Amino acid sequence: MHVIDLRGVSCPTNFVKAKLALEEIETGEVLQILLDDGEPVKNVPRSLKAEGHKLLGLKQAEEGYYVLELEKFDE
Amino acid sequence: MSEENKLAKIDLNNLKAGGFIKERGKDLFTVRLRVPGGRMSVPRLKKIAEVADKFGGEFVHLSVRQSIELININFKDFDAVVEALGESSQKVASCGARVRVPVACGGCEYNPNGLIDTQKSALEVDEKLFGTPTGHHKFKVAFAGCPFDCPKSATNDIGFQGAVYPKLDLSACISCGLCAKSCVPKAIVMGDDNKPVFSDDPCIWCGDCVKVCPTGAWSEQKRGYTARIGGKWGRNPLVGTLFATFLPEGQVAPFISAVLDWYKTKAEGKGRVRLGDTIIAEGPDSLLNHLRLQFPESIVNATIPPQVIATQVGIAR
Repeated sequence: MHVIDLRGVSCPTNFVKAKLALEEIETGEVLQILLDDGEPVKNVPRSLKAEGHKLLGLKQAEEGYYVLELEKFDE
Repeated sequence: MSEENKLAKIDLNNLKAGGFIKERGKDLFTVRLRVPGGRMSVPRLKKIAEVADKFGGEFVHLSVRQSIELININFKDFDAVVEALGESSQKVASCGARVRVPVACGGCEYNPNGLIDTQKSALEVDEKLFGTPTGHHKFKVAFAGCPFDCPKSATNDIGFQGAVYPKLDLSACISCGLCAKSCVPKAIVMGDDNKPVFSDDPCIWCGDCVKVCPTGAWSEQKRGYTARIGGKWGRNPLVGTLFATFLPEGQVAPFISAVLDWYKTKAEGKGRVRLGDTIIAEGPDSLLNHLRLQFPESIVNATIPPQVIATQVGIAR
């Protein structure tokens, strides 16, 4: 599984970085994205889902940040 | 050619339509152009720039109600300006005791916050009701696409605000808790089973739960406009109060017409009085009952009169 840590990265840079990370992996592969609480977790999962990727999970870690798991989708 | 001959050539109907506003300087007027909802096609913008360059001053002004105002137009050029603008189907906007050009946010086509097509509504209202004389005072309408309400809709005679009523598909919920976290009025809280619990009362229909939900477990059950009536700004501001909820988009123009009918009748003989002050004088039930006949599904059970906003607070007398 691929992991990208976007903690400390603000909107919309975090979304753009996630998009670039998704371009690096193959369709069907899973990307784990670490996101800050607040605006990042409210915006990034929704925007990536709107681009057609499959959301596998979104869980809050004990430390407060979120772990988003996505399966890459491509037409 | 004498000055008199030039004068005789000016079509005074252009003046009656409004939108020509006297400036400080001799012979100079501002020409207010109609830009419903603030949307302007690029070709029209180019045409306006051409006309401004030819007949106007060194700049145009973007009015607070989204129109473009041509500055320093000599009254002798009225006909030429109107004709030149006509080529791009640009119409001059109104002033006076009439229904004004509706204001709207960008809507929902490209803006991810918008819940409803405010642009479509603004165009429709402009087409059907713009310039309708009220007989009493100006009449302003605004459309906000969501409860963020960038256009400050409740400070208009009628303010419309896009709204969605949410519904939950529990089977699609992954218990991430984002809906509860995003819900400002706390209408959604996470239950003991780690699933969201919705209470109707505090919900302001902002749709944040639907927008934030990563799986689509929250979706919209119904959509429409929240309508607040009787607002205005100026020297004695009023904030409009709730008269209708989930008014279907297709009923916006008839709804405004029904409010106008009531206003025309009730303000008869009262002179230059705004809708909000008329509601305060008559009581909100009179207008509620009038509207309920035509829009039984959307009209609220009870409301309060428009509320005075004190703006002189803190002044030393």
